[in-house]
Amino acid sequence: MAEQVIFDKKPGAWRTFCVSTWLGWQIESNWTDLFVFLIYSIVWPLSRAAILVVMYLVIRGADFSNPEFVNMYLGNALFGLIGNVVNSVAGGIIEEREHYRTLKYLYVAPIHIPTYLVGRGVAAMAGGLLSLVTTVAFAAVFLHMPINFGQINWLLLIPAMLFGFIALVSIGLFLAGWALTIKNNPWVLGQSFSSLFFFVSGAVFPLSVVFGNWEWPGYIFPVGFWLVLTRRAIVPGVGHSFQMYTQLSDLQLLGLLALYSVVFLGIATLTFRMFDRKAREEGMIDMVSNY
Amino acid sequence: METKVIKQDGWRLFARTVIGRAYPRVVGTLRDLNWLFFDVFFPLVNMIGYVLTYQALKAPQEYVGFVVLGGAMSAFWFNVLWSMSTQLYWEKETGNLSLYIVSPTSMMAILLGMALGGMLSTALRAVVILGIGTWLFHVQYAVTSFWVLFAVFMLMIIALYGMGMMTASLFLLFNREGWHIANLFEPPVMLFSGFYFPVKTFGFWPGVAASIIPLTMGMDAMRQLAFPSGEATGLLPVRTEIIVLVGLCVFYLLAARWFLAYMEKLAIRQGKISDRLS
Repeated sequence: MAEQVIFDKKPGAWRTFCVSTWLGWQIESNWTDLFVFLIYSIVWPLSRAAILVVMYLVIRGADFSNPEFVNMYLGNALFGLIGNVVNSVAGGIIEEREHYRTLKYLYVAPIHIPTYLVGRGVAAMAGGLLSLVTTVAFAAVFLHMPINFGQINWLLLIPAMLFGFIALVSIGLFLAGWALTIKNNPWVLGQSFSSLFFFVSGAVFPLSVVFGNWEWPGYIFPVGFWLVLTRRAIVPGVGHSFQMYTQLSDLQLLGLLALYSVVFLGIATLTFRMFDRKAREEGMIDMVSNY
Repeated sequence: METKVIKQDGWRLFARTVIGRAYPRVVGTLRDLNWLFFDVFFPLVNMIGYVLTYQALKAPQEYVGFVVLGGAMSAFWFNVLWSMSTQLYWEKETGNLSLYIVSPTSMMAILLGMALGGMLSTALRAVVILGIGTWLFHVQYAVTSFWVLFAVFMLMIIALYGMGMMTASLFLLFNREGWHIANLFEPPVMLFSGFYFPVKTFGFWPGVAASIIPLTMGMDAMRQLAFPSGEATGLLPVRTEIIVLVGLCVFYLLAARWFLAYMEKLAIRQGKISDRLS
């Protein structure tokens, strides 16, 4: 006789999170074999970084250990992680709805949808970290940048990554909810916000290049705090020379990042609930726009 | 009342298929204005990002012009990559591909229609990007010959879309990996084709190797013809680059025809024509 399995209670948030992280990783990686996946994970970020390297080379020559360029390069590499996490959470819900057409099954399953999306975000973060480590290692070995893995300020990097992840997932959740209620081209939301972040975060160039003396655009979203903090943690001396938030100490920046991440998490939770209700009422959970 | 149906065949069917497939590319996209907006917006934002990077590096103003030109041409590259090369893969995902295969027309005509429609609709976007970029960053041009510049542009576009037609058939064999493979090609091509800097920077032989992508020679020749530095930034003389582009046009169009016939048979044999999401 077949064993009878009785589910007497809902899966908890932890189980949902673990399963969605595993599923997210499968979606990210199992479209091919390990060898091709590794090539993909290396070639894509390195090519993006190489565009910046060649641009610098034609203008300034091969002085890749210049602090200005180190900050540019690291910011560019770290920025890839922002796009990864925000797009995977915001785009993930649309991918489930439109591409795999499984969102309706997720909604009838006894799981907490935002927790599921956070799990997808963690999987994307893992993929992004692989690319980040490759890009940074390439810079240290081949471009002779002053990146010493023994000198990384882990006490700053770990909390910065944690709060940064909370902030990015929160932004992704807000966009995911919003995307659920949009009829045409919902996936452009994630891309649009990633593009916006490029200009207000100082990923490659300081805010002054875009906004002159105005600093307030850098205080709208926490992505700039996160990028500056991680730079300061990875290359302590060089990171502090980046011309953004120079008046703020590491601790003050970390405090701001923590505050913003909590506020953004609150906003994302509330707005996701609001958008979710609207999407249910308007029958958009299983909508397929077929673009 | 009976309706007389005129069955088309031969060149008439071919021509009608080309027009029929080009039509939604031009008219269809104009009907969805927010799609049109984002097709201009993303390459434009990308271009502005690179211009500001050069400005942060205090690069000469001419490099800003290179980025504006590269930004406009990137619209064609994105169109070829995402709406030509991957198109048959998308059609498979949405269930249209099997309808194309069983229809009594030529797949080459369908691809040609997609290419012509894509060229026209993307040209509109590229002009907008070029116009906004030029106006926003005060780009100065020094065009030596408009006719040669136009000829180079057309040769580059024909060769590029020929390449798109060829790779479209390769994507027939892909399933879920299709999106990732296309994504994988995006930044390396932007790097080696020299979208934002003269391809000469890589050296002679790497530059020649990168010329397998029509954008490399096309943009190199266009930079020489449109900017004050002229030949100083060029990999090869413009005349040679035009000959290479003509060769690429012939090669890619013939290769597209051969690949399509081969891949279609292979995909049918492997049962991949109607196989989505595997």
